[in-house]
Amino acid sequence: MLLHDTALIYGRYLRQSLRSRFALLFGVLTPLLYLLFFGPLLTGLPLGGQGSSWQVLVPGLLLQLGLFGALFAGFTVILEKGQGVVERMRVTPVSRLALLLGRVLRDATVFVFQAVLLVLAALVMGLRAPLAGVLIGFAFVALLTLSLASLSYALGMKVRTPQEFGPLINMVSMPSMLLSGLMLPMTLAPAWLDVLSHFVPFRYLVDAVRDAYVGEYTSAHMLYGVLAAVGFTALSVTAGTRVFRTTGA
Amino acid sequence: MAAVISTAGLARTFQTKAGPVDAVRGIDLTVREGEILGFLGPNGAGKTTTLRMLTTLLKPTGGAATVAGHDLAADPAGVRRASGYVAQSGGVDPQITVREELVTQGRLYRLPKTEAVARAGELARELDLTDLLDRRTGALSGGQRRRLDIAMALTHRPKVLFLDEPTTGLDPGSRADLWDLVRRLRDEHGTTVVLTTHYLDEADALADRLVIVDRGTVAAEGAPGALKLTYGGSIDASLQDTFLAVTGRGPAPADSAPVAV
Ligand SMILES: Nc1ncnc2c1ncn2[C@@H]1O[C@H](COP(=O)(O)OP(=O)(O)OP(=O)(O)O)[C@@H](O)[C@H]1O
Ligand SMILES: [Mg+2]
Repeated sequence: MLLHDTALIYGRYLRQSLRSRFALLFGVLTPLLYLLFFGPLLTGLPLGGQGSSWQVLVPGLLLQLGLFGALFAGFTVILEKGQGVVERMRVTPVSRLALLLGRVLRDATVFVFQAVLLVLAALVMGLRAPLAGVLIGFAFVALLTLSLASLSYALGMKVRTPQEFGPLINMVSMPSMLLSGLMLPMTLAPAWLDVLSHFVPFRYLVDAVRDAYVGEYTSAHMLYGVLAAVGFTALSVTAGTRVFRTTGA
Repeated sequence: MAAVISTAGLARTFQTKAGPVDAVRGIDLTVREGEILGFLGPNGAGKTTTLRMLTTLLKPTGGAATVAGHDLAADPAGVRRASGYVAQSGGVDPQITVREELVTQGRLYRLPKTEAVARAGELARELDLTDLLDRRTGALSGGQRRRLDIAMALTHRPKVLFLDEPTTGLDPGSRADLWDLVRRLRDEHGTTVVLTTHYLDEADALADRLVIVDRGTVAAEGAPGALKLTYGGSIDASLQDTFLAVTGRGPAPADSAPVAV
C-alpha cells in the first residue's frame, strides 16, 4: 500500500512539475549564472586540492542547487493547504508517509535532472571529471534534496502563511551556503571559520563530492560525507514523517 | 435504527498566540443510519471543527466518537474508509483537470486504475460533469466546482457523508439538484448525510432532524417541527424565529464570506 500510494502521489506531483516546464528550467538559472560568470574567475587561482577549479566549483554549485531548491519545496504545501487539497487527501485512507515520500521523491527527481543539465553546461565550460565521480555527485544531490525537502514540507505543514515560511527558510539557507564552503573550499578559510563550518552538515557533503570529482572514492572525506548525508536524510525523513502522521489526526 | 455516528463530550481547544480557543466544548450527538442531519449554528459555533474531528482531520482534545462502527481514536483508517467529506472551501487543485482529480481520488481510495477511470465517468454522469471532464478545475464556475467536490467525496460510496455548507454560492436550480442528490443517496444507498448550512429553508426542506450548536455545544435538537413547537412557540413558526430563539442572536446572512479554517 505504501508503494502504491507513494507512486500515486509521486506521479501527481511529477505531472505538476512537467506542466510548468519553465519553472523546471528556471531552477538551474542561478547556478548556471555562477558557472558562467563566477567560474572563469577561479581558473587561475590556487584553490588547494587536486584537479582544476571546475572540479572544485561544480560540486559546490550542485549542492547549492539542491540546498536552495529543496528548502523552498514546502512552500507548495502551504498553497495546497489553502486550496483544501491537503485535507481532501488526508480524509482518504492514503498512507500519510506516502504523502511525504511521493513529494520528496518528485523533488529528488527534479533536482537531479537540473543537476544533470548543470553538469552538461559545466562540461562545455571546461569541466573534466570521472563518470563515477559525477554519478556519486548526483547521488549526493538526491540525498540532500530528500532530507531538506522533508524538513521543508514539515515546516510548510506547521506554519499558516507563506510570510512565516519565507524568512525562516532564508535564515537557514544563506548561512548554510556560506558556512559549508559551497563556493570556495573552506580549507582557504581562517581557522575559526573552518572550525565553525564543521558544524554545518553540508560541509561534509561538498567535501565528499569534491573528492568524487577527482576520483578519490575511498578518502576520509568520502566516508564522512556518506555518513553525514545518510544520517541527515534518515533524521529529516523521520522528522517529516512524524509531522505528516500527526498533523490533524 | 442503529446509530451510525455517536459522540460523547467531543471537544476541541485550539492553542493560539492569543490564548486557548474553545472551538467545541463537548458535543453529544447520535445520528441514525440513513438519517439526513442538519447541523446548524451561527458563524464560529464549531460546526466545521466538529466535522473535521469526525473525519479524522483534527484530533479531539476531549471526548470520544464512533463513525460507522469505527472508533475515532482507535481506528481512524476505518473511519476514513467509511466516510466522505466535502470541506467548506472545497479541495481541488486549480491546475488539474476534472478527470485527473476524479481518477486520482479513486486511486487514493485504492481502486485499481481501470476501476478508478470507470468510477470517474460514472460520477461525472451522476453530477452532470461529463462535458467538463477535460477542463482545469480552476476554470469551473462555483457551482460546477461544488458538484466536483461532492463527486470526489462520493468516490468510494461512503456510508456517511459530511457536507460542510455544500450549497453556499449555488444558484437555486443547482441547490434543488443538490437536495435531490442528497435524498437520492439516502433513498437508494442508505447513506447517512450530515450537512451544515446557513440556509434555514434548506435545513427545513431537507433534514430529518436538526442539531443547533452555539458556542461549541448543542443548544437544541429535534425534528424541524418539534423545534418550532418548543422554541418558536408553534408548529407554524418560521425556522428563522426558532433559530433566533435558540441562539439568542440572528443567523449570519447567507452570503457572508465563510471563515476559512
Ligand atoms: N485552527 C484554528 N485555530 C484557532 N482557532 C480556530 C481554528 N479553527 C477554528 N477556530 C475557531 O474555532 C471556532 C469555531 O470555528 P468553526 O470553523 O468550527 O465554526 P463554524 O461553526 O464552522 O463557523 P462558520 O459558520 O463561520 O463556518 C471559531 O471561533 C474559530 O475562529
Ligand atoms: Mg464552518
